[in-house]
Amino acid sequence: MGRYVVRRLLLMVPVLLGVTMLVFFLTNLLPGDPARAAAGRLATPEQLVAVGERLGLDRPVPVQYVLYMGRLLRGDLGTSLTSKQAVAQELRLFFPATLELLLATMTITIGVGIPLGVRAATSRGSWLDRGFLGFSYAGVGMPVFFLALLLQVVFAGWLRVLPIAGRLGLETVPPPMLTGMYTVDALLAGRWSTFLDAARHLVLPAVTLAVAGVSEVGRITRSSMLRELDQDYIRAARAKGLPERAVWLRHALPNALLPTTTVIGLQVAFLLGGTILIENLFSWGGLGTYAWTGIFRLDIPVVMGVTLVSTLVYLFVNLAVDLIYARLDPRIEL
Amino acid sequence: MSNGPGRTHDRRLVMGALIVGLFLAMAAAPQLFSGHDPTGLQLDRRLSAPSWTHWLGTDGIGVDMYARIVHGARTTLGTVVVVLAIAIVVGVAIGSISGYIGGWLDSLLMRITDVFLAFPPLILALATNAVLGRGLRQTMFAIAFLWWPAYARLVRGQVLSVRRREFVESARVIGASRFRIIVRHVLPNVLDPVIVRASLDAGFVALTAASLSFLGLGAQPPTPEWGRMVADGQKFFLDQWWVATFPGLALFALVVGFNLIGEALGDRLQEGGGGAVTQMGQER
Repeated sequence: MGRYVVRRLLLMVPVLLGVTMLVFFLTNLLPGDPARAAAGRLATPEQLVAVGERLGLDRPVPVQYVLYMGRLLRGDLGTSLTSKQAVAQELRLFFPATLELLLATMTITIGVGIPLGVRAATSRGSWLDRGFLGFSYAGVGMPVFFLALLLQVVFAGWLRVLPIAGRLGLETVPPPMLTGMYTVDALLAGRWSTFLDAARHLVLPAVTLAVAGVSEVGRITRSSMLRELDQDYIRAARAKGLPERAVWLRHALPNALLPTTTVIGLQVAFLLGGTILIENLFSWGGLGTYAWTGIFRLDIPVVMGVTLVSTLVYLFVNLAVDLIYARLDPRIEL
Repeated sequence: MSNGPGRTHDRRLVMGALIVGLFLAMAAAPQLFSGHDPTGLQLDRRLSAPSWTHWLGTDGIGVDMYARIVHGARTTLGTVVVVLAIAIVVGVAIGSISGYIGGWLDSLLMRITDVFLAFPPLILALATNAVLGRGLRQTMFAIAFLWWPAYARLVRGQVLSVRRREFVESARVIGASRFRIIVRHVLPNVLDPVIVRASLDAGFVALTAASLSFLGLGAQPPTPEWGRMVADGQKFFLDQWWVATFPGLALFALVVGFNLIGEALGDRLQEGGGGAVTQMGQER
């Protein structure tokens, strides 16, 4: 197991190298001059050259890449060309916002999806089962930006029970920064009203993102539960007189969770790429927004920083899924 | 998904085929569905509610919404077809070479697919758009760029399981070239899961393309595109709900239609003994 993890970690190196190389060369293909982006619109030609030299932008791209990787190995993510702030510093601001949204979404996805799937499978053919199947077809097919609009109109526009966008109300002071996630920081600081405000702002974007996940996770849990409930060991468990609940939860569910784990992992990967839409619609200043502005301002260090963070999250989620898999299924040896 | 005996499958297939068929007809012959001009603006009629002359109302510059939606079918379906065609051609080529030839070439090609799978899709889409410029063709290219690795993996797995089978061995013994063996003997036997996968992916491609357009990266006006139309209707949503709602519903219906077909085909393949489908959903 330990050796397996080490091997997987080592295998991440070529992938990270490939990804960073691809992004680096791709962003250097962008039309426009990063030196101009850094120096500002009013810079004279001499200033442009000076800025270009200072930032090493006059070197050939492969040389720039090697220099960048060298600094990266020393833990230096570089400085944003436009804001002049350290990229690591800015990531610490933007990444927790996305992480908070991601965690809230995954909590809903898992907390609602799995029980719904189990329930649907154990009461197969009932109104609940049919209702869930209908919901899941709709949930997977629903464009996330359209759903966001609908929910905003209903809950913020008509009912006025939830805020339409943003991470905090205008009158709320952000909690002292520890994790960067407002809900967590507010709790740690013991500021209850701030926590409630942050949580209320989290509801609509998280629910919007979770609908597709609940559908997918619920559906795969349902179908693998149905498959397990057909097996001989379930008949044996029932024959020895176990209550039906115990048969479902202690015998069928752990086996049924294997495919569910895969789908959850895929869901995280998908969310990581999909939050930009939601961040855009809900004015949620996170990683997606940061990447968006970075690309359009030719801010290469910013783009590289976001790429590194998202790729690492993706790789670690994949590793976690495989480890959980091995844990759930003793036949898999690592 | 195990959804019981064959009868339900056919119902899903029929439903899905009806929905997708309707949109295909719109894409093929939009003028049969609506006589209005999908780009002709009439500012004196802007934002009029659904009525007998404008079934689904008009948008912010007075264009008939129904006409725009009908013509938008061509944009979306065209994108789906082009993206999947590129992804499948590239994926099948790389996957079959990788699986059949094996060795260091296989390792190299699979590491490359790993890189593409781990690549943050958003960055790739944004960067491709920034490099190539905004527009429909650029978006298609960006999405296809993201999509081929899944097919490469799928085909490679299939090829690995087929290449030691007797009919392939005998072709080799007769002296058939590698190219001939791959094209004539291996590929025909791995294409079923690819087709199923493509039908499951179609809806997702449509959603991705519409999302990029919604962000302003895909099809540019005046080309009718559903995602872009929802974005345009966003600011009127509270009072003129029809501007954003109908294109959103059209996209929704098309995706559900694709998914119904995909799942029905997937179940059918699984029943036919093709084990690939179970792994299929797990790839992406």
